[in-house]
Amino acid sequence: MSETPKGPQKVDLKRLKPYGDIMGDGTIQICFTLPVEASAEAREAAVQLVQKMGLDQIKVATMENVGRGFSMFVIYANVKVPVDFTKIEVVKVEAKTRARDELDEVIKTHIGRKLVVLGACTGYDAHTVGIDAIMNMKGFAGDYGLERYQWLDARNLGAQVLNEELIKLAVSEKADAILVSKVVTQHNIHIRDLKDLITRAKKAGLMDRLIFVAGGPRVTHPLALECGFDAGFGVGTKPSDVASYIVEEFLRRRERLDGIPNPLRPTDEPARAKAPAKPTKKSAPKTKRGSAGSKLVVKFRPKKAMTTGARARKASPRRKAKK
Amino acid sequence: MAHLKLDAKKIARCRELAENIARPIDSLIQSHTTVAIERTVLRLLGVNGAVKRSGQWYPEVNAIIDDLHTDLLPKMSAAEKEAPPLSRGALYYFVNGMIQKKMPAAELGHAVASRKVDLLKIPFAPDAEIEKLARELCQKGRDWIVSAKTTRDGIRKETNDRFDPEGKGGPCLYVIVATGNIYDDVIQARAAAQAGADAIAVIRSTAQSLIDYVPHGATTEGFGGTYATQENFRIMREALDDESKKLGRYIRLTNYCSGLCMPEIAALGAVERLDFLLNDAMYGILFRDINMKRTLIDQHFSRRIIALSKIVIHTGEDNYLTTADAVENGHQVLASQFINERFALNAKMTQDQMGLGHAQEMDPEHPNVFLLEIARAQMTRDIFPKSPIKFMPPTRHKCGDIFYSHLMDAMFNFVGVLTGQTIQLLGMMTEAMHTPLLQDRWISIKNAKYIFNGAKDLGNEITFKPGGMIEKWAEKVLDDTLAHLEMVNEKGMITAIGERAFAEVKRTETGGKGLDGVIRRAPNYLNPFFEIL
Repeated sequence: MSETPKGPQKVDLKRLKPYGDIMGDGTIQICFTLPVEASAEAREAAVQLVQKMGLDQIKVATMENVGRGFSMFVIYANVKVPVDFTKIEVVKVEAKTRARDELDEVIKTHIGRKLVVLGACTGYDAHTVGIDAIMNMKGFAGDYGLERYQWLDARNLGAQVLNEELIKLAVSEKADAILVSKVVTQHNIHIRDLKDLITRAKKAGLMDRLIFVAGGPRVTHPLALECGFDAGFGVGTKPSDVASYIVEEFLRRRERLDGIPNPLRPTDEPARAKAPAKPTKKSAPKTKRGSAGSKLVVKFRPKKAMTTGARARKASPRRKAKK
Repeated sequence: MAHLKLDAKKIARCRELAENIARPIDSLIQSHTTVAIERTVLRLLGVNGAVKRSGQWYPEVNAIIDDLHTDLLPKMSAAEKEAPPLSRGALYYFVNGMIQKKMPAAELGHAVASRKVDLLKIPFAPDAEIEKLARELCQKGRDWIVSAKTTRDGIRKETNDRFDPEGKGGPCLYVIVATGNIYDDVIQARAAAQAGADAIAVIRSTAQSLIDYVPHGATTEGFGGTYATQENFRIMREALDDESKKLGRYIRLTNYCSGLCMPEIAALGAVERLDFLLNDAMYGILFRDINMKRTLIDQHFSRRIIALSKIVIHTGEDNYLTTADAVENGHQVLASQFINERFALNAKMTQDQMGLGHAQEMDPEHPNVFLLEIARAQMTRDIFPKSPIKFMPPTRHKCGDIFYSHLMDAMFNFVGVLTGQTIQLLGMMTEAMHTPLLQDRWISIKNAKYIFNGAKDLGNEITFKPGGMIEKWAEKVLDDTLAHLEMVNEKGMITAIGERAFAEVKRTETGGKGLDGVIRRAPNYLNPFFEIL
């Protein structure tokens, strides 16, 4: 009581922990069900499980039977281990969200033709809420859908479009971007379907020009990259987020493939020369692990590539495949 | 119960329009059959086995109809396609086979499916003889449905069933299970019943509606749900019978009677004693892109079976609100409810069997959103007072915030009990994340029980302010519905659907899946079920 009161404790970003009501307390809440009746033993089992998760100060807030032979727990506990926030790196979609009229203007001025965008729920997925929110005129949360864009030729193909069909349409309609929405995720069917589309696209030689975008409640950008897509969007994505990405990515690729300068490139970023980033076969020969060739690659890899670059590349089998 | 003051003349006019809209469709129904209807007929004769085709179990009824029709199609000329063999009805060939081969239905079914008997290449008995036996067999099929219904009524009585179609005893707690494995579904369903659920729906594997056969046997793998099969129906009903008896409370079972096998599922549901079936006259057309003719013809026969077995159907108008804006599209829901009611009446169903569907899907941030939702729910109750209204929870505006989601479900439960909804499909806090975990369902049931109990008689204590926001909104929706039905009537249902009259989806008469399976009936088409169901 005699000490002078300190001001609010500052967050220690190098030792970040969950916050309840005291900085650094590490408080979290957990809810789970055990397939045994509620009992003193069940409570102890729950506590021990939470201990094994690396938590302490465990408080069982509730234990109740939720049907014969099942008990549900709500538990509060404290995390002991912090993370270093200053060292966090995340692979993000590279695009600045712009307004619809601004994007229309960019396409009109710098591309001069409508970009063709095909949207679909693929495979057996029949949940069109997501693709409708992005594609349909009306849009989502006050943000108009891609159909409303004057300079996008956006077509919503609806539910249960087969990958095979989608690839055929991409070719016949000369699509610039494909949006795939996946909602059903049981047995990871969404991942299988997404990967299958990319396999087909590769066979059809569509990977250079066509932009592949995945979306859905369980889709993240890294997951999309892992499946060979260019970008992934999750819950809460607005049509203008997707449109902005498509336009930027189109211009980036055009610069890379055709050498036409990207008008949206931030001024502090150096221009990419015609197809420079992709190592040619000469500079990155296909070699087996541990051979002399792989050493050579390591030698030429800039230091930075060991962190962000390496991770990004690892997460994108598509880029790997291009080599 | 508080009621809205709605213009009875407008409501009567809506019903009149729905009747007009259904009339031309009725002549389409009366002059056609489908491969699904013909398969159903064989199933009701007792052909319910399966044969191995390329390593998978394939229903005998499909093998038979494929050989009798589907596989012949590519070889037929345009003229032959106008009057293919199946236009006489599968019964004609099959019953003749039973006479010629002196085999009972199940045995002949197996022999034909295994290609040991070719129904087109055996001598034909006189028509009168075939017809006579066909009538007897169909009567037996009818008896089968009636006896299942009697058994079901017995168990309901024994377990003190208090279901009231008019919803006077408070909403029935309806939850879904969706593990993909029928045996895991049973565990989840039993736990849900023990927690207080009154009805269990086994969600189907995604896109089963697009498979043109009903899978065979118990299944343990599905996507987003479990396959609807006769054996899965039986396994789940058996478990729920047991649970009903243990709990002294009848637990209802629900499955999906939509898609390309609509009438077959109705037959299987009837004989396996299902209580509820999701069955909508337009759902398949709009949301599964099944051909219009196919769906409209199939829904009628499925509803004829449902009418006899006294199953309660649930219509799918909630879907209009997930694909189009819920504030703006209330009138499409109501218009579709009138149409669904009319098609059901045309199939001899009674109003206490029509679980007309709607949902609480408006944007939660819309000003006074609960007033609008109460108006919608109350008008549905008041316009269809004898029907077991099915109320579906928020899904569209849900995201991973389970706490907010739980709160949305609580408000949905409040609207449900206040407005006297009959069947309340309980929302899950983990909606939009994964199929419900055991604990999600428990928490959801606890939520519903709390609110249904706490606000049990609130509806009887209040009145709606004359000329107030709620009443005005209901009036507006009714006016919009009337205008919408006038438009659909003027254009005709098929043209109207082609112009996005429902759910902003456009479909054409010749588009969609399953048109190949629609056959114009020959003048001597044989199917006594149309008379006796």
